[in-house]
Amino acid sequence: MAEPQTLTTPDGVPLKRALARAQARARRRAFLLVAPLLLFVIVTFLVPIGQMLHRSVYNDSFAANMPRLTAWFATTEPDTPPDDAAWEALALDLRAAAEARTVGVVGTRVNYDLPGTRSLFTATGRKARSFQAPWREALLAADADWADPMLWSTMRQAARSYSPNFFLAALDLTRDARGAIVAVPQDRQVYVALFQRTFTLAALITVLCVLLGFPVAHLLATLPLRWSNLLMILVLLPFWTSLLVRTTSWIVLLQGQGVINNSLVATGLLADDGRLSLIYNQTGTIIAMTHVLLPFTILPLYSVMRPIPPSYVRAARSLGATSWTAFRRVYLPQTLPGIGAGALLVFILAVGYYITPALVGGASGQLISNLIAFHMTDSLNWSLAAALAAILLGLVLILYWLYDRLVGIDNLKLG
Amino acid sequence: MKRLLILSTALGALALPAVAQPQITVMGWGGAYTNSQVQAYHKPFTARTGVSVISVDADNPATPIKAQVEAGNVSVDVASVEIADAVRLCDEGLVIPIDASTLPPAPDGTPAPQDFIEGTLSDCMIPTDVFATAIAYDTTKFPNGAPATIADFFDTAKFPGKRGIKKGAKTTLEMALMADGVPASEVYALLETREGQDRAFAKLDTIKADAVFWEAGAQPPQLLADGEVVMTMAWNGRIFNAAVAEGKPFAIMWDGQVFEWEGWVIPKGAPNPEAAMEFVKFSTSTEPLSDAAEWISYGPPRKSSAPLVGTFKGDGKTEMAPHLPTSPENLTNALPSSLDFWADRDTELNERFNAWLAAN
Repeated sequence: MAEPQTLTTPDGVPLKRALARAQARARRRAFLLVAPLLLFVIVTFLVPIGQMLHRSVYNDSFAANMPRLTAWFATTEPDTPPDDAAWEALALDLRAAAEARTVGVVGTRVNYDLPGTRSLFTATGRKARSFQAPWREALLAADADWADPMLWSTMRQAARSYSPNFFLAALDLTRDARGAIVAVPQDRQVYVALFQRTFTLAALITVLCVLLGFPVAHLLATLPLRWSNLLMILVLLPFWTSLLVRTTSWIVLLQGQGVINNSLVATGLLADDGRLSLIYNQTGTIIAMTHVLLPFTILPLYSVMRPIPPSYVRAARSLGATSWTAFRRVYLPQTLPGIGAGALLVFILAVGYYITPALVGGASGQLISNLIAFHMTDSLNWSLAAALAAILLGLVLILYWLYDRLVGIDNLKLG
Repeated sequence: MKRLLILSTALGALALPAVAQPQITVMGWGGAYTNSQVQAYHKPFTARTGVSVISVDADNPATPIKAQVEAGNVSVDVASVEIADAVRLCDEGLVIPIDASTLPPAPDGTPAPQDFIEGTLSDCMIPTDVFATAIAYDTTKFPNGAPATIADFFDTAKFPGKRGIKKGAKTTLEMALMADGVPASEVYALLETREGQDRAFAKLDTIKADAVFWEAGAQPPQLLADGEVVMTMAWNGRIFNAAVAEGKPFAIMWDGQVFEWEGWVIPKGAPNPEAAMEFVKFSTSTEPLSDAAEWISYGPPRKSSAPLVGTFKGDGKTEMAPHLPTSPENLTNALPSSLDFWADRDTELNERFNAWLAAN
């Protein structure tokens, strides 16, 4: 029986292999073409985000500056009461840290997990130069708080460079003296409520944007071109204006002695002492953010509505549908990809919004991103900022996944 | 083409000396305060040494300093910070120690360490001025009697209207306790305790609904001018400048104010440490310090500067002395800010302040 004949190219290479080679070459070329962009994305996007996420579980400021005590923690079981070796390690580490001017760094790190302890480290650090054996007595003479088992348990936690404690802190949780996870005291709980507020406000702003943007986009899509172009400029002009300019204009409009309140008082609609509080609260955040984000719903909606032939609705009407039914059953379903795209865009932008709430939000209009910024630039607790950002990223990804399951990400049209 | 190349190279060579000219970057707090420093320190320093001074601003320079040093990218040579922040930065090794005995002596020969007011010198900071955080109000808003005590700031029934509050724990908590009837001398002992902190936050709760929070020192005079608040915590020099130089109807209530001092620090890894040190030495000598007090109503920390302070440079006639926070008639019920307290507790109390702020 004859061997099945393998197809070959004219120079005798099996066709299969030649084809694979040609395809590999094409793939390589394609890869080389996108390589610069890929490299750019990796260097400027994936690596920094990876570093931030790494930072959310990694913090070595205790281990790096308190080497002896860290070593003692590594060799003993959890819950071991401090022995002489531990006290000596602590005293010597404190002295070295005070001389290297890093005792504040260590105190700050422990203070993250056990508020109120930074002062213990810095104050003892100032006295550490004169410490002599017996170490335990010397430390306790400096401050009796050094005997606190809670402190030792916290230091043991902090000595581990990798720990999930920053995620616990980001969820208003902490560890008790035994290491069990418990809620932080009521007056320090802030993040969970802020996450809730952020998502609620973002959802509200998204709904407002869709409700306000839909008729505008419809008008733009159905007017004759020369009028719609004119209107389009009115949408795009603010879109191109600096975000800061738009936000500060809202301050001018909304403040107590601002344009809106003054006009209302001048027309007698409001009493002079009954001026509306439209800014430095949640109302201010909602108004300003809805305005700033409105173009992000109008533009995708417009691009979806423009090609919808008006004959469809007319056909529905001629077949006896009321105008409401024709809108609901015929027009609205065709605009869904635009609504989905606009809503998703606005929601994701709103969840991470930072500068507008910072300027017009007052105390009650702050969002989680303002706290992330606070920990990035003010308190410099970058690990906690990273943990908060990672949670935000995770929640947004979950919503994205839900959206994909419910609506389908293919059913999305950005323009 | 070749000629163009030669031309541009020559131009580049010409431009080089201009780039290499020594310069330092000084970070201040902006507004009238930075202006006083530019007039009294930066300009005379450049005239004397040829080193040009670039002035940049921050809401509180301690924050960017910390971020810059930790990130290993320091662009600032000298920064103005409050004393408690200076001690904190010093503890964390973020600013370099400055030996006060190397500073120029007073004109009569008194060495610098004795010339500065007792207790104002520390390891890493050389003081430039004493300032107060006080309550300022718009005089036109209270025709039936102006607020007179710190308690009035928290009394929105008697004095209705919005209040401007500093967005931060320091000074805010002290004022809350003093308004709650705690004598100035007992404030810090109480604030160290859990009960004292609870009491301060409870007092703040009473005006939270009427509060507008500010971060930059230039904001309080602006909030008053806009009518956004009727009374606000403010740095006394900013209000002085708005009232005297700009003729605004603002007044300072010298009751229950908290005073402290601020000065220069040099961040670790500053690009031009030698020139920075020269700048610190020059600007904290007797005459520049008294000059600065004629631009803004902050008191000079050198004893030898005090007699030299004359009239406000902005109008040439207002006597500065009664407006300084160091003036005896302004010190009837004043609290010196506790450096030790805040150096150690700033982080933790600000954390609680933020939680309080974010809570509904």
